[in-house]
Amino acid sequence: MSHAIQLLIGTRKGAWIYRSDAARQAWTVDGPHFLGCIVNHLVLDPRDGRTMLMAASTGHLGPTVFRSTDGGATWAEAARPPAFPKAEGDNARSVDHSFWLEPGHVGEPGVWWAGTSPPGLFVSRDGGETWDGVAGFNDHPKYWDWCPADGGTPDGALLNQIVIDPRDPAHMYIATSTGGVFESLDSGGSWSPLNKNVEASFLPDPYPEYGQDAHYIALAPTNLDRLWQQNHCGIYRLDRPSDAWERIGKQMPPEIGDIGFTIVPHPRDADTAWVFPMDGTEVWPRVSPGGRPAVYRTRDAGASWERQDAGFPREQGWFTVKRQAFCADGGKPVGLYLGTTGGELWMSDDEGASWRCLARHLPEIYSVVAAPL
Amino acid sequence: MPRVSLPSQLQSYSGGLSRTEVPGDTVAAVLDALDARWPGIRFRVIDEQGRIRRHMRIYVGQDRVLDIGRTLSEDEEVLLFGALSGG
Repeated sequence: MSHAIQLLIGTRKGAWIYRSDAARQAWTVDGPHFLGCIVNHLVLDPRDGRTMLMAASTGHLGPTVFRSTDGGATWAEAARPPAFPKAEGDNARSVDHSFWLEPGHVGEPGVWWAGTSPPGLFVSRDGGETWDGVAGFNDHPKYWDWCPADGGTPDGALLNQIVIDPRDPAHMYIATSTGGVFESLDSGGSWSPLNKNVEASFLPDPYPEYGQDAHYIALAPTNLDRLWQQNHCGIYRLDRPSDAWERIGKQMPPEIGDIGFTIVPHPRDADTAWVFPMDGTEVWPRVSPGGRPAVYRTRDAGASWERQDAGFPREQGWFTVKRQAFCADGGKPVGLYLGTTGGELWMSDDEGASWRCLARHLPEIYSVVAAPL
Repeated sequence: MPRVSLPSQLQSYSGGLSRTEVPGDTVAAVLDALDARWPGIRFRVIDEQGRIRRHMRIYVGQDRVLDIGRTLSEDEEVLLFGALSGG
């Protein structure tokens, strides 16, 4: 059965919260919150079900983190948002924006992690009120090789994701737009690249130790040794303890390709995941291939893919879905949700078989997070 | 005491005030005094390296401030602006 869901929507112009009934059929809208603020991520703490953190900035003002301890009813600013230490020369980095907020391990209440642009890893141990840099990454001797100052996305180079192993809080993965995936076994104290067999077609050595653009990584919730990755150069799967990724996107239809921003694992089936392909040909339009939006699903760990497009426009649908804007809930059947750069919010309540539009005319959607209500 | 003009972007901190006065003999000291009154406001204007953020502007009277170490006299006015930042 399904349960009531809240969708936490971050956009280029503010945040919205959509709340459903238990059947996920009727939705109410709450917002805008912080109208005009650039909201890269809005996340509920699953450990208490009421604390929310919001990564925000504006066109003019510097970046900050807003906190709510009452499910989004009221907000206060973090006393000390993520910021690099004072430094000289090239090392004088300043946070342009926080991009990713990750609640810590269930056994570490109050711990949160943040990834920023330029790439930086930050940790809070007081529920997001104060933040400190993680020197193990930010001051790593290879930092400038992993995160060159001229690398990155149009919005800047990113430490775009943080994944914590539910079995071990010291075991972490991060994804970056300039160095690929990195792994830590000591709570971020030290890091190693984890990019074997992942292509970087834009470098002279197309399979380097690091330098890849890891758009999104996700653990399979029921097989924590399985990592999915949507990379700038294809769809991959990694089954630990191996350190060699397999390009499962080669099984996608060639006219669609395997380029995209994000990948969503099934909450209960470790062989199932969804992607939202985009056009990565020629000048990289980064829109739905052919103007026909579709999700693709694998149910055999990437050996094959099936198209799911019922309800989406049959033509002239030039969707782009960014890294943080596609997610699943834990319902039975699974609900899927995606937000487009054109400000549309779409959902499927039957595991992708059919889609319907929940909202139009929002600002450009940066992130969609589903959480129990 | 130097006068300070606050742009709309910062008035969520000042409770809607657009003008105030705070002590300080440099622009940096004025910003510190503003932050002591309204915590968080300084970091929205000045980054962690002490640089004025790209889309903020600071003037003392008619003079553009590029270094927040600029000294102030008691009767000068510090004007903060949100500059153009795109659509």
